[in-house]
Amino acid sequence: MNTITQASRGERLAIIERSLASRHRQEKRFRRLGLAAVVTGMVLVLILFASILMRGLPAFWQATFYLDIHFDSDIVNVSERPIQQEGESNADFRERDFTWQSEVGRVNWQQLIDNALAEALGEEIEPQQTRDLRALVTSAERRTLRDRFIEDQSLLGETHTIKLLASANVDVWIKGNINRDLPDSQQQLSAQTREWADHLYEEGVITNAFSTALFLNTDSRSSLASAGLAGAFMGSLFMMLIVMLLSIPIGVASAIYLEEFAPKNRLTDLIEININNLAAVPSIVFGLLGAAIFIGYLRLPLSAPLVGGLVLTLMTLPTIIIATRAALRSIPNSIRQAALGMGASKVQTVFHHVLPLALPGILTGSILGVAQALGETAPLLLIGMNAFVSNIPATPFDQASALPVQIYLWQGNELRNFFEARTSAAIIVLLALMLSLNALAIWLRKKLETRW
Amino acid sequence: MNVNKRTLGIAIVAGLASGISTAAMARDTIQIAGSSTVLPFASIVAEEFGASFPQFDTPVVGSGGSGGGLRQFCQGVGENTIDIANSSRAIRSAEIENCNANGVEEILEVMFGYDGIVFASRIDRESFELTPSHVFAAAAAELNIDGETVENPYTRWSEIDDSLPDQEIVLVIPASNHGTREVFEEKVLHLGCDAYDMEGEACDALRGDGRIIEIAGDYTETLARLDAQEDAVGVFGLSFYDQNRDRLQVATVDGVTPSLETIGSGEYPVSRPLFFYVKGEHLDQIPGLAEYTEFFLDEMTSGFGSPLEDAGLIPMDDGERDEALEAFQARTVATGE
Repeated sequence: MNTITQASRGERLAIIERSLASRHRQEKRFRRLGLAAVVTGMVLVLILFASILMRGLPAFWQATFYLDIHFDSDIVNVSERPIQQEGESNADFRERDFTWQSEVGRVNWQQLIDNALAEALGEEIEPQQTRDLRALVTSAERRTLRDRFIEDQSLLGETHTIKLLASANVDVWIKGNINRDLPDSQQQLSAQTREWADHLYEEGVITNAFSTALFLNTDSRSSLASAGLAGAFMGSLFMMLIVMLLSIPIGVASAIYLEEFAPKNRLTDLIEININNLAAVPSIVFGLLGAAIFIGYLRLPLSAPLVGGLVLTLMTLPTIIIATRAALRSIPNSIRQAALGMGASKVQTVFHHVLPLALPGILTGSILGVAQALGETAPLLLIGMNAFVSNIPATPFDQASALPVQIYLWQGNELRNFFEARTSAAIIVLLALMLSLNALAIWLRKKLETRW
Repeated sequence: MNVNKRTLGIAIVAGLASGISTAAMARDTIQIAGSSTVLPFASIVAEEFGASFPQFDTPVVGSGGSGGGLRQFCQGVGENTIDIANSSRAIRSAEIENCNANGVEEILEVMFGYDGIVFASRIDRESFELTPSHVFAAAAAELNIDGETVENPYTRWSEIDDSLPDQEIVLVIPASNHGTREVFEEKVLHLGCDAYDMEGEACDALRGDGRIIEIAGDYTETLARLDAQEDAVGVFGLSFYDQNRDRLQVATVDGVTPSLETIGSGEYPVSRPLFFYVKGEHLDQIPGLAEYTEFFLDEMTSGFGSPLEDAGLIPMDDGERDEALEAFQARTVATGE
C-alpha cells in the first residue's frame, strides 16, 4: 500500500496495469476451466446416451414371422366351450371352464406352427428335422395360438395370417449380432435352421417388425424372444403411486409444521439434523430396514410392490421434506407479515399465502424425489423384488418386479447376444420415463412460478 | 363437509388396513428362491406350469444363491416365508437343524437333474486341457513340491505343465455363496490336493495374490471378467457356456470335453445333482405346490427332449425320476449329508 502511494504516477500506473493483467488472466483461466468442465460433462453424457441408443434401439424391432396358420380341425379337436347353465353356481362353472381350458391347452398347437412353417418353406420336413424347425419360432407362440382360440372359437378350420415372434437366436442371427462366419460348433442354431431363417427372411415371411412384445409381455425365461417389460412397468407404477400417495402428503405436512409452526428449540434442531442425515443414508439400508420391519415384523408379502413402495417412501421422505422446507424458506417474510397484519390467522397465512407461492418448489422437489425412487434398485433386491415373475400384477399386493430391477435381471441373462440389446432397450424405456418426469417438473415450475 | 372428509379418511385407512391383513393371511402364489444355477430351470417350469394350469398362479422365482435360498426357506412356516428353496447342492445338517429350530420340520428333498461345471476361456486365446491337479496347482495358496510345503510359486500355466499354454494364471471362480463353489472344491480342488499328497485345510486354502477372482454374482459377471482380463479362465455352468459358444471355448478335464452326453454318462468328472426343497408344512396351505413338484418331475418337463434339456439341464433317467417322485409323494424328509 505504502509503495503505491509513494511511487510516481508513471510507476503507479505500471503496477496497476500489471495486477490488472494478472487478474484478467486469472478470470480467463477460470472461464476456460469452467467451459472445459461443462464440455467434458456434455461429451460424456452424449457418449453414454449414444452407446445406449445404438445398442438398444435395434431391440425395439424384432424378427417376426407372418405365418398363415391353418386351424386344422383334425389337430384342434376339442369339445364345445361350456356355457353357464341356469342355476349353476359360479364356482362350478369356473371349474368346468378350467377343465375345458386345460383340454384346449393339451392340443398340439406346436403342430400348427410346424405345418405353417413347412408350407412357407415349401418343403417336406423329415422327422429328424423337427428340432431344427422348432428353433425358428419362439416357444411361447404356441400359447398365443391357444389364447387366440380360447378368445374366438370360430377360427376352427380357417386359415389366418398371424404374427409370431421368431426365437431369440433367429433374431440374433438375422440382425448379425453373432458372427455369421463362425463354424457350426460355435453357432447357436444348426446350419439347417440358419439356412431356413435366411430363406424366409428373403421371402419376407420373417420381417423386422416393431416389437410390441417388449411393452405388452411380461418377463419370460422359457421363451426368451417374448420377454417384455409389462410386469415390471406395472410393478414400478404401483410403487410410484404408493410413494406419491404417502411421501408427498407426509413430507409436505411435516415440512410445513417444522418450518412454520414448530418452536425453534433443541428438539427441532435435532430433528432437522436427523432429517438431513436420513437423506444421506445409502438406499440399501432402507432395503434392510424394510425387509426387517415390513416383511419380518408386519408380515407383508414378499416381492410385493406395496412393500417396495413403503421402502421407497421412507427413502423419498427426507428429500421431499428438505425440498419443501427450502421452498417455504424462500418465500419472503413480508408476505407472512402482510397476511398477519391483515388479521389472518397463522394457518390462514400458511395455507392461503405461503403455500401457493411455494408450490412450484414443492412440486419440483417431490417429482425429483419420486423420479429418484423410480430408478432405485438396491433396496428392492432385499425385499425379494428381483424374483422372476411372469404375471402382470393386478394389485400392489401381487408379486412383481420393477423396471430398474428388470434391467438388472436381463443384464444377468445367459443368452448375452440377445439380452445385451434388450437390456439397453429397457434402459431407454426407463430413461424416457425419468426424462418425462423431469420435464413435467420443469413445466410445472414454469407454469406455476409467481414473480413479485 | 368436515364429517364427510373424516369418514372418507377413516374408510381409506380401514381399507388399507384390511387390504394389508388379508394379503398377510392368504397367498395363492408359490414363492421360490435360491440357487442361480437352478433359477433358469425353475423359471421355465414356473412359466410352463402357469400356462398349463389355468387354476393356479404362475410361481414366483427369486435368486440369492443356494445358501441364501435355504436360509430364507428355514426362516419359518407361514405365508411370508418361501415354499421352495432351489439348491445346487444337498442341504447340510446344520441347515436342517436351523430349519427345525424355526419350526420347519418337513423338508422334502427333490432331485431333478444334473449340471456340469466347465472351465472356459476366451475364444481368441489358447485352449486348455486341464486336470484337477493343474487347477489345484494354479489355485492353492501352498503346494507340496518335492516333499516341502512352499508358497505357490506358479505365475504362468506353462510352469505347471508344459502342455498348458504360456499364459498368466488368472482363475475366475464362484464365491462361497454359490453351490457351484462347493462342487468346485470337492470335485476339482480336493482331487488335485490328493495328487499333491496334501490334506485338510490346505486343500481349500486359495492363494491371495489376486490370481484367483471370486465372483459373488452370476455367470455374466464371470464373462465380463474374461472380457476385461484376456488371459483369465472362468468357471461356468455348462448351460451358460452353451449359450455363449461364440465367445467362450471350453477346456477338457482329464481329456473329456463336457457335453450333455459325457456329463450324463458320468465320464466328465465335474458334475453335480440339482435339487429343490419343498416345505411340507405348506403343501396344504399353498395351492398348486404338490402339482408344481409333480409337473417339474414330469418327463415332458425335465426329461430327454424337454424344454429344460434345451436350456442345458442334464436329465435324470426314468428310474431316478420315478424314485424322486415316489420319495416326494411319500413325504420322505431330508436327512442331510
